[in-house]
Amino acid sequence: MIGTGKIKQYANVLDKPLGKGKQEVSLSAFAFLFSELVQYNQTEVDNISELETRLEDAGYAVGARVLELLCHRDKGNRRETRLLGILSFVHSTVWKVLFGKVADSLEKGTEQEDEYMISEKELLVNRFISIPKDMGTFHCGAFVAGIVKGVLENAGFPAVVTAHFVPVEGQQRPRTTILIKFAEEVILGWPMSMLCNSGKEAVNFSGYWYGIKDYCNKCS
Amino acid sequence: MTSTACFIIVSRNDIPIYEAEVGSAAKREDAAQLHQFVLHAALDIVQDLAWTTSAMFLKAIDRFNDLVVSVYVTAGHILYIYGTDLHVHNI
Repeated sequence: MIGTGKIKQYANVLDKPLGKGKQEVSLSAFAFLFSELVQYNQTEVDNISELETRLEDAGYAVGARVLELLCHRDKGNRRETRLLGILSFVHSTVWKVLFGKVADSLEKGTEQEDEYMISEKELLVNRFISIPKDMGTFHCGAFVAGIVKGVLENAGFPAVVTAHFVPVEGQQRPRTTILIKFAEEVILGWPMSMLCNSGKEAVNFSGYWYGIKDYCNKCS
Repeated sequence: MTSTACFIIVSRNDIPIYEAEVGSAAKREDAAQLHQFVLHAALDIVQDLAWTTSAMFLKAIDRFNDLVVSVYVTAGHILYIYGTDLHVHNI
């Protein structure tokens, strides 16, 4: 008889603990898949920004799913409701699960209130990719930017996320920075519908939503 | 013992994805519309409440006559809203 005592049987399938999932995936398999993804999209678009948009959309789908999955698997069923919370979630948990290590750094922009940056010496997705000179500022990290955007937007923090090369003195290869620019309502903490036309004043209304955006003494 | 429960899954853009009615009570003619109305009226409350706590299960957030509305919010703000009779509120 095959041993039945080895695996714990659960009476109710809902009581089974969530599996940890595959911890490791072949890097060469992923690199191949990613390169095919980029090449396929290259044939479908006319210019660089469209290509970046497509990669970003591909990443967005990943981000949306990763957010839900990690919330149940790694965070014990707790949601993030604070900006810093979701940023450190992306910087540590998401990066750890996707790339095997936490991101190199998370910084807040000094000139702009709504900008944050996640830096990485070399993105995993870029490791086997070289950009020809005539493609200028194209960055395959747009895929990773899309992942971050998917996580942030679905958690309720809409943002514009882009990937950039940042040259570093003394090093041949530039660093990669994922720039996160949050939408206004995230920074102000108000729901969008309460902002007036200039986007500055949170306006109280007495019952009618009609014409809400005009009712501000600062912008009229 | 008769009990009714209505259950709706709503995406983060307020689009209902799934709807179900369970229960052994005799179904009234307008029960389905009434339940949908009540659960959707609770959406505003849920969306405000979801930002105040990091818990995922929000119990008994709204009430309509004898229909108690509770909701489970996922990380991606997908809402599992359900309404139950007050009499069997043991969940």
